Amino acid sequence: MPDINPNTAPALATPAEPHKGSPSLQRQRQRAAFWFLAPMLIALFCVAAWPLMRTIYFSLTDATLSNLYDAKFIGFQNYLQVRELSSGRTIYRGTLVDPDWWNAVWNTVRFSVVSVAFETVFGLIVALVLNAEFKGRGFVRAAILIPWAIPTIVSAKMWGWMLNDQFGILNDILLNLGLISQRIAWTASTETAMKAVLIVDIWKTTPFMALLILAGLQMVPRDMYEAAKIDGIHPVKVFFKVTLPLIRPALMVAVIFRMLDALRIFDLVYVLTPNSSATKTMSVISRENMIDFDKFAYGAAQSTLLFGIIAVFVAAYIWIGKVDLSGEKSR
Amino acid sequence: MSNRSLLNTMGFYALVVIIVVFACFPFYYAIVTSFATGTQLFQVQYWPQQLSWTNYNAVLGNSTFVRSLFNSLFIASLTVGFSLLLAVTASYALARVRFRGRGLLLMTILAVSMFPQIAVLAGLFELIRFLGIFNTPWAMILSYVIFTLPFTVWVLTTFMRDLPVEIEEAAIVDGATPWVIISQVFLPLLWPALVTTGLLAFIGAWNEFLFALTFTSSETQRTVPVAIALLSGASQQEIPWGPIMAASVIVTVPLIVLVLIFQRKIVAGLTAGGVKG
Repeated sequence: MPDINPNTAPALATPAEPHKGSPSLQRQRQRAAFWFLAPMLIALFCVAAWPLMRTIYFSLTDATLSNLYDAKFIGFQNYLQVRELSSGRTIYRGTLVDPDWWNAVWNTVRFSVVSVAFETVFGLIVALVLNAEFKGRGFVRAAILIPWAIPTIVSAKMWGWMLNDQFGILNDILLNLGLISQRIAWTASTETAMKAVLIVDIWKTTPFMALLILAGLQMVPRDMYEAAKIDGIHPVKVFFKVTLPLIRPALMVAVIFRMLDALRIFDLVYVLTPNSSATKTMSVISRENMIDFDKFAYGAAQSTLLFGIIAVFVAAYIWIGKVDLSGEKSR
Repeated sequence: MSNRSLLNTMGFYALVVIIVVFACFPFYYAIVTSFATGTQLFQVQYWPQQLSWTNYNAVLGNSTFVRSLFNSLFIASLTVGFSLLLAVTASYALARVRFRGRGLLLMTILAVSMFPQIAVLAGLFELIRFLGIFNTPWAMILSYVIFTLPFTVWVLTTFMRDLPVEIEEAAIVDGATPWVIISQVFLPLLWPALVTTGLLAFIGAWNEFLFALTFTSSETQRTVPVAIALLSGASQQEIPWGPIMAASVIVTVPLIVLVLIFQRKIVAGLTAGGVKG
C-alpha cells in the first residue's frame, strides 16, 4: 500500500516481496529498481515537473506568445498589482481583482459541486441496480459503459445537437410532454448554459462513478443482507445503516477523483458552450488568456492559481480524511 | 404480498429501462442523424427515415478528416507504446522491491495523474517550441505522456503486486536477475493487464483535446477530437450537423466495440486504477 506518510514505508511489507535472500541480493534488487525507475522519473520530470516550474516562472514575468525568452521578471504583478496614482487614488490590477477570473472560479466550483453531487446519487442508484441479481444485468452494464466510452468532444457535439434550440430533440420531447411552453436555447442562453453543461457531464461520468461504487458494493458480504432480511429490517434502513457505512471508503475515493476531474474541466465547456461567460471555467479562461488573447503570463498566473487550488484540495483531503486513495489498506 | 412484490419488480425493471434508455439514447440519436440528409435534418425524427450514406461519404471523402484519423491513431499508439515500455520496469520496482520513499513516490505518481493539464500548458508550450515540434504529432506524443505514464504505472503496479510471490522466489533461486524476472517470468503473465491498461491509456490519448487544440495550427495536423470540434460548414452560420454526427459515429464505434469486448477487464482496470483514463 502506498502510504501517505513516508516514514511508515518500511512497515509496508507487502506479501508480494520475496523475503528470502541475503542482504547483497536485497542490494542488487534495489540497484536494479533504481535503474528501472530512472527512465520513468526522467520522462515525468520532462513532461510534468519542468513545465509546471516554467508555468509558475512565466506567471511572474511579462511574457507574451511572441516574446517568451526576453520576458522580464515582474514579481507578482500578474496576480495583484497596487498602483498609487498621482491623484492619490490607488488602483488594483491583476488576476486576483479580475471579475472575469472570479466569475470563472465561481462557475468551476458551482459546476464541480453540483455535477459531483448528482453523479454520486445517480451513480449510487445505478450501482445498486447492477448489484442486484436480475436477467440482463450484463446487458445493462454494457449499456452504461457507452457514455463513458464516447469521447468528450463527441458527446459535446451529440448533445449540442440534441439541445439545439430549433431542431433539437430535447425541446421536441419536452414540448410534446407539455413540460415547456416554448423552445429553449439551451446552450446559448446564459440561464440554461450551465444546466446544459451539467446535463452532459452527469450523463457522461455517472457510469464511471457507478462502476467505482459497484466495486465497493461487491465487497459487502451477501449474508449481511440475508441476516437483515431475516430480522425483517426495512431495506431502506439496511441501506443507510449497513451498506452506506461499508462502502464509504470506495465512495470517498470516487468522489475525490471526480471532484479533481471536475475542477479542471475544459473540453466539454469549450465545445458545448463556446464563449459563454455563464460557463467559462478556470481552465477555459486561462487558456483563452494564454493563447487567444496573447496575455501569456497572465494566463500562466491563472493556471498556477488553479494548480494551487487543486493541490490544496488534494492535500486537505489526504490529511483530514486520511483517505485510502489506492483502496489497498482495506484489502 | 405477491401484489406488492410484483409492483416492486415492475418498478425495478422500469428503473432498469430508464437507465438503459438514458445511457444509449444520445448515441442512437447521433446514428439516426448521421443517416439523415437535407431537410430531414430540420425535423425531429425518432426513427431513421432512410439509410443515406451521403454524410459518411462526405466525411470519409474529406482528406483532412481522414488525415486526422491517422494522426490520432499514430499519436495514441506511440504514446501508449512508449508509456507501457517505461511503465513495465518502473511498476516492477514499485510493486516488488522494497526501498525507502516508495510510498511517497507512489503518491507523487498518483498526484501527477490528477494534475490539471492547464497547469503545464505554458511550460509545455515553451518546451515544444524549443524542440521545434510545434504543429507536429510529436508535440502530442510528448505531452500525452503526462497522463498516460502515471496511469499505466499505477495500474500495472496494482496488477503486478497481485502476482504470486512463489514464482519470483523460484526465479531468484535459479539465479535470475531482476531484468530476467521481468522479461521472462512476469511479462508473459502480465499480457492481459498490459492489454487492458494499454487500451484505457489509448482511449485517453485518443480523446484528449486541450493539448491537441493548443499544439496544432494547421488542419492537416489535427487529431480527431479537434477536427470534429472545428468541423465547419460552407458558412459560419451553418453547422453541418449531418457530417459531424457521421464523423462522431465513425470515431466512436471502434471505441464502443473495444470497450464491450474488453468489458470485464476494463471494469477491473478502472477500479484498480481508480483513475480515469
